[in-house]
Amino acid sequence: MSKKEQEIQQIVIDPEDRKRRLINWQEIWQYRDLFLFLVWRDIKTRYAQSILGVGWAIIQPVFSMIVFTIVFGNLAKVNSEGVPYSIFSYTALVPWTFFSTSLTSASSSLIGSKNLITKVYFPRLVIPIAPVLGKTIDFGISFLILLGMMLWFGVKPTIWALMVPVFIILMMLTAAGVGMWLTALSIQYRDVRYGADFFVQLLMYASPVIYATSIIPEKYQILYALNPMVGVIEGFRAALLGTRAMPWDLLGVGALMAVAFFLSGALYFRSMEQYFADVA
Amino acid sequence: MSKIAIKVESLSKRYRIGFEKQARDTLAEVISDWITSPIRNYRRLRNLTKFEGQEQEIQEVEDIIWALRDISFEIKPGEVIGVIGNNGAGKSTLLKILSRITYPTHGTVTLNGRVSSLLEVGTGFHPELTGRDNVYLNGTILGMTRDEIDRKFDEIVDFSGISKFIDTPVKFYSSGMGVRLAFSVAAHLEPEILLIDEVLSVGDAAFQKKSLGKMEEVSRLGRTVLFVSHNMGAVRSLCSRGLLLESGILTMDDNVDAVINQYLSSKDVSLLGRLNWSEADAPQDQELILFGIEMVSKDGEVKTTFQIDEGFEIRIHYQIVEEIKNLRLYLRFKTTMSETVFATYEDAQIQQGFNRKPGHYTAIAKIPPNILNNMTYRIYLGFDSPGHKVLIPGKEYLEVDIIDTSDGYRYVPGAFDGPIRPVIDWRVNES
Repeated sequence: MSKKEQEIQQIVIDPEDRKRRLINWQEIWQYRDLFLFLVWRDIKTRYAQSILGVGWAIIQPVFSMIVFTIVFGNLAKVNSEGVPYSIFSYTALVPWTFFSTSLTSASSSLIGSKNLITKVYFPRLVIPIAPVLGKTIDFGISFLILLGMMLWFGVKPTIWALMVPVFIILMMLTAAGVGMWLTALSIQYRDVRYGADFFVQLLMYASPVIYATSIIPEKYQILYALNPMVGVIEGFRAALLGTRAMPWDLLGVGALMAVAFFLSGALYFRSMEQYFADVA
Repeated sequence: MSKIAIKVESLSKRYRIGFEKQARDTLAEVISDWITSPIRNYRRLRNLTKFEGQEQEIQEVEDIIWALRDISFEIKPGEVIGVIGNNGAGKSTLLKILSRITYPTHGTVTLNGRVSSLLEVGTGFHPELTGRDNVYLNGTILGMTRDEIDRKFDEIVDFSGISKFIDTPVKFYSSGMGVRLAFSVAAHLEPEILLIDEVLSVGDAAFQKKSLGKMEEVSRLGRTVLFVSHNMGAVRSLCSRGLLLESGILTMDDNVDAVINQYLSSKDVSLLGRLNWSEADAPQDQELILFGIEMVSKDGEVKTTFQIDEGFEIRIHYQIVEEIKNLRLYLRFKTTMSETVFATYEDAQIQQGFNRKPGHYTAIAKIPPNILNNMTYRIYLGFDSPGHKVLIPGKEYLEVDIIDTSDGYRYVPGAFDGPIRPVIDWRVNES
């Protein structure tokens, strides 16, 4: 056992503690097992005692796709840029569902973990980030369905499909960033938790899920792209469906915003963290 | 190794507590109240994390309380320290700061070594997961690595004595089983500094004994232990030094016997589970002598701390010297603020119309489980002969702590609002 060789670590607690480091990576590394277990608990308990189990990961985007295809594709005849509307909307629904479910579960994560927060110490950042990682499983499953649909419809991906991992990282950064904001706010203001679902629903209309970005007037597109999910969704479409050229401008703005959300979220979270146990 | 394990320098912690709501009595006021309430709510919520503000917001100064004020002490590696004090003296706050759950308002703490805290066992237990899964989850939450748990897994399960059910979801466990498994995980931590808050009061007598043994073993291994408890017997046997906290101030830091004596002499009621008097000092009247009172668990153990779902007996030993007509023994449960929670009477004699003859008697009051709240009560009792005379006037004799360690098994654990916490049978029918 390496205990004896281990350096005795020194911990200093004072009110200025948090100002020293934005994110204490070393500490997060120390608690990596906890992090993995929380992600794993999230996945394992989410579908416990349910009949469909992991099937729920597919149902949400697939059923949304069916409804959207009927309402917006067939009835409202929204332009789907040359591919069947179903795959057009599903390509957006896969990242969108990841984003929206991560946000709603992050915003309730701290309150749900109240028992933990008031009784043991661990890096609090683990709490909003664990659900974001947990949802990647659902994302992976619904992404497989997307690949199946591409085969079925005979849609060929472009060379930019190699960029998909980058989009995924952007999507996760955004979800984690906004998630940290919502989490830190929700522990003090419960309204945030109630409002989060609604806010996320509205946000869908501010993202190109049911329509294409091309219907937004050219001069407003950069403004529109302040929502990082715009770049991500259009990136998915450009890479996998080839419906448009790679939206570098949207992605650039989106990436800047995603990083801004992530950093400001982490900063705000860290500044509020010291109060969590007292106001939870 | 450094010479100091824990160094605390002028530590203070300030809390904001709830807000009084002003009552409105005209309709106009109610309406304007309702309209402005989001603004007031916002201020109120924001103030929870804010202490210095503009002048007009300082009006609510009374809701700030100092849980700890200017505490300083040093602990050397290997020392076992008992922290004692009344409820609300700041003991738990101190442990929460040392375990980094909450931050101090002023002051600094330096900890040399890995810290684990057993503030409440079973933290993070998830009812849907199996015992095995929960051992891993709970272990990592308490700061163990996965390899460490792998290594100690068999030992942990053996210690808990529930190896048969280790692959059963925890929601099917009895609360006793859950607590034993949780404690077992906690007992196998190997930190340099261990913070313990009252966990020794979990489980049945046999398991408690096992747990105490484990704690002694931990302290023999040269670990630094900070132990918060109301159980003076356990504090005395485990600790060498004591810290006495009174209303957030460290009033004494000395060897454990001196501190316990100081603490007990400051209390107006006994902290022991049993009071016995010799004939000379016993509360008495010419017809009646009160010899003793004790609180006994269903295993026959005299204790001061009971689980919320365990129930216990109060036994009152008395002697009747001369035959008494209409003897009534009255017993009240009071809060620590001396407000009566409920009263109960032993008045069979009056109801059934006989006189209690001279002799020795033991009156037993069975306090049912799941009725008291997660808090401290005082037991007040006296004897009289209604309408005739007071035999032994009522007095608070004992203090009992009711605790709920079922954390995680019920949706809302701990203290509920109000002085009692009965278990109510709820049913919902669709109409």
